[in-house]
Amino acid sequence: MTARSPKPAGGKGDDLLQLADVARYFDVSPPWLNRVLERKPRVLLKAVDGVSLTIYRGETLGLVGESGCGKSTVARLIVGLYAPTRGTIRYEGAVLAGEGAAAADAGAQRRARRSMQMIFQDPYASLNPRWRVEDIVAEPIRVQEGDVAKAAVDARVGALLEQVGLAPADGIKYPHQFSGGQRQRISIARALAVNPEFLVCDEPTSALDVSVQAQVLNLMRELQQRLGLTYLFISHNLAVVHHIADRVGVMYLGRVVELAPTRRLFTQPQHPYTRMLLDAVPDLSLTGKSRTAVAGEVPNPLDPPPGCAFHPRCPLANDRCRSEVPQLRAVAVGGEAACHAAEEGRLPERVVALA
Amino acid sequence: MSPKPPLLAVENLRVEFPTRRGTLVAVHDVSFAIAPGEVLGVVGESGAGKSLTGSAIIGLLDPPGRIAAGTVVLDGKRIDNLPYEAMRRIRGREIGAIFQDPLTSLNPLYTVGRQIVETIRTHLDMSEAEARARAVALLEEVGIPAAARRIDHYPHQFSGGMRQRVVIALALAAKPRLIIADEPTTALDVSIQAQIIQLLKRLCQDHGTAVLLVTHDMGVIAETADRVAVMYAGRIVEIGPVADVIHRPQHPYTVGLMGSIPSIVDERERLTQIDGSMPRLTAVPPGCPFNPRCPRAFDRCRSERPELLPAGATEAACWLHAMVPA
Repeated sequence: MTARSPKPAGGKGDDLLQLADVARYFDVSPPWLNRVLERKPRVLLKAVDGVSLTIYRGETLGLVGESGCGKSTVARLIVGLYAPTRGTIRYEGAVLAGEGAAAADAGAQRRARRSMQMIFQDPYASLNPRWRVEDIVAEPIRVQEGDVAKAAVDARVGALLEQVGLAPADGIKYPHQFSGGQRQRISIARALAVNPEFLVCDEPTSALDVSVQAQVLNLMRELQQRLGLTYLFISHNLAVVHHIADRVGVMYLGRVVELAPTRRLFTQPQHPYTRMLLDAVPDLSLTGKSRTAVAGEVPNPLDPPPGCAFHPRCPLANDRCRSEVPQLRAVAVGGEAACHAAEEGRLPERVVALA
Repeated sequence: MSPKPPLLAVENLRVEFPTRRGTLVAVHDVSFAIAPGEVLGVVGESGAGKSLTGSAIIGLLDPPGRIAAGTVVLDGKRIDNLPYEAMRRIRGREIGAIFQDPLTSLNPLYTVGRQIVETIRTHLDMSEAEARARAVALLEEVGIPAAARRIDHYPHQFSGGMRQRVVIALALAAKPRLIIADEPTTALDVSIQAQIIQLLKRLCQDHGTAVLLVTHDMGVIAETADRVAVMYAGRIVEIGPVADVIHRPQHPYTVGLMGSIPSIVDERERLTQIDGSMPRLTAVPPGCPFNPRCPRAFDRCRSERPELLPAGATEAACWLHAMVPA
């Protein structure tokens, strides 16, 4: 990204977070009595099914996909709201969750949890309406640092509110006295309260109007540059991810199907699903032109198709795609893609329709 | 622009909400016209009054909201002052409606077929069998596979995208000449969104139906609308052909709005930022409602409210475009 500040290119040693073959299944079986009496089988929803990725220090990794692809489950796995069914999550080398977590150093785990915070989509639901803003922002400080003098907490809360573009005097107000964009600033201030290194942002601007979204995105980038933060930025909005992310992962039915630096992903997509998503995005430059609509819908995640989950919608699918699950493999233009067609060189040149 | 007489003409529409603390004016002096077969986009941020404009036209304002002034003329007939029953006959027959959430537009207790047949028979003189045949044809037309079988399914048996197709079939059931589509794709995933937009465009071209497309998504407007009206704090601040408004906006608000939209093609370090937020209806500033956030505001903007003035290829409510500077 020419205009952007240089980021570590992902050399060895600056890995912050690693997911290795992480999966999370949800048991959505009918109740026990129905299973016994009506002989209904157990049903497992594989929300995340074998995701491996690394997030480097100081970068923004974007994660995109349609509803139900598992991107929010990945966020919740990372911050520990869910335990993985399989696989390992490491933070700065310490096993946080999954295999080996019980044997890992508890102190390192606690430090890792402290340096990780989450920002949620809905700033109306994620702030307690009965608490004053100063108490909302101070809560993580009180929880994680215990007995801190009130004057010191107040000073830090004031500084945090200023950092996100609010006034220290706003601390005595309640969340309902703020607009959606201001509430999201409060969420960011709360997340920054304990000086985290890593923020997991789950659709942080999806509930906001575009002009307010621009304010929040600009703020997030300023804070990243000033504080050296690392972001996992989850969104269904490709344009937002294109703007904010250094690298982007595309998810489909619980798996990462393509992972690449942002410019490479948007200019030379190597997975047919990524191409389909990019073609479907409405863009302002499209006035008067119509985008190519994509046939079909995301299959039922309870009954995913065998082989590559995308094959029923894929124009390049062949017998191998219908039987064998493709793995993420490095591709010649950079990044990784999980596609047999890309691996076998069957991928046609992409006709770029954009002006 | 168009030699045809307008299908819908809205003049000086004003929607008010009387409250204990005084009357809130949610839609202020809004005027526009839609030609037959034309798609007029209405964009704006939450609270700009775009949905209320649509609701006022089809007579579905929630009380205590009411049309306080202005006229709505559909094909030469004034419809804003009709009694409830007369308006009910126009809804569905003359004006179809598509709302954001397809699940709330459909009755979960009836099959989709029954709902479409009921709508057809309410408005058109058809037998049960004829209406059912038309319902199947409509479902086929909106791209529902195996329509003859799916017609007897309930709304919950359809996916979100398919449900929105059913809602479109329902809106088209009585062959209306105008469709009011309020955020029709907002609840849908991007790949499904593209399918629905294409469908809507194709159907309107085939049937010559005009559309009032209300959305906050500029991308959807860009590829669908012929003209677009930008609303801010209850007023239209700019209206014109869609390419001009998007690529050569004349009102400082539109300029800021376009700059704040991230794109998948260009790379920018910062998005244009309009500081502050839209005023609440209880505290709309005097003069131009945008003046406290406007980077180019001058004295006149703070005291006098601008009307829509010709500006470039569009019309903008901004004193920068006044012919004689005051």
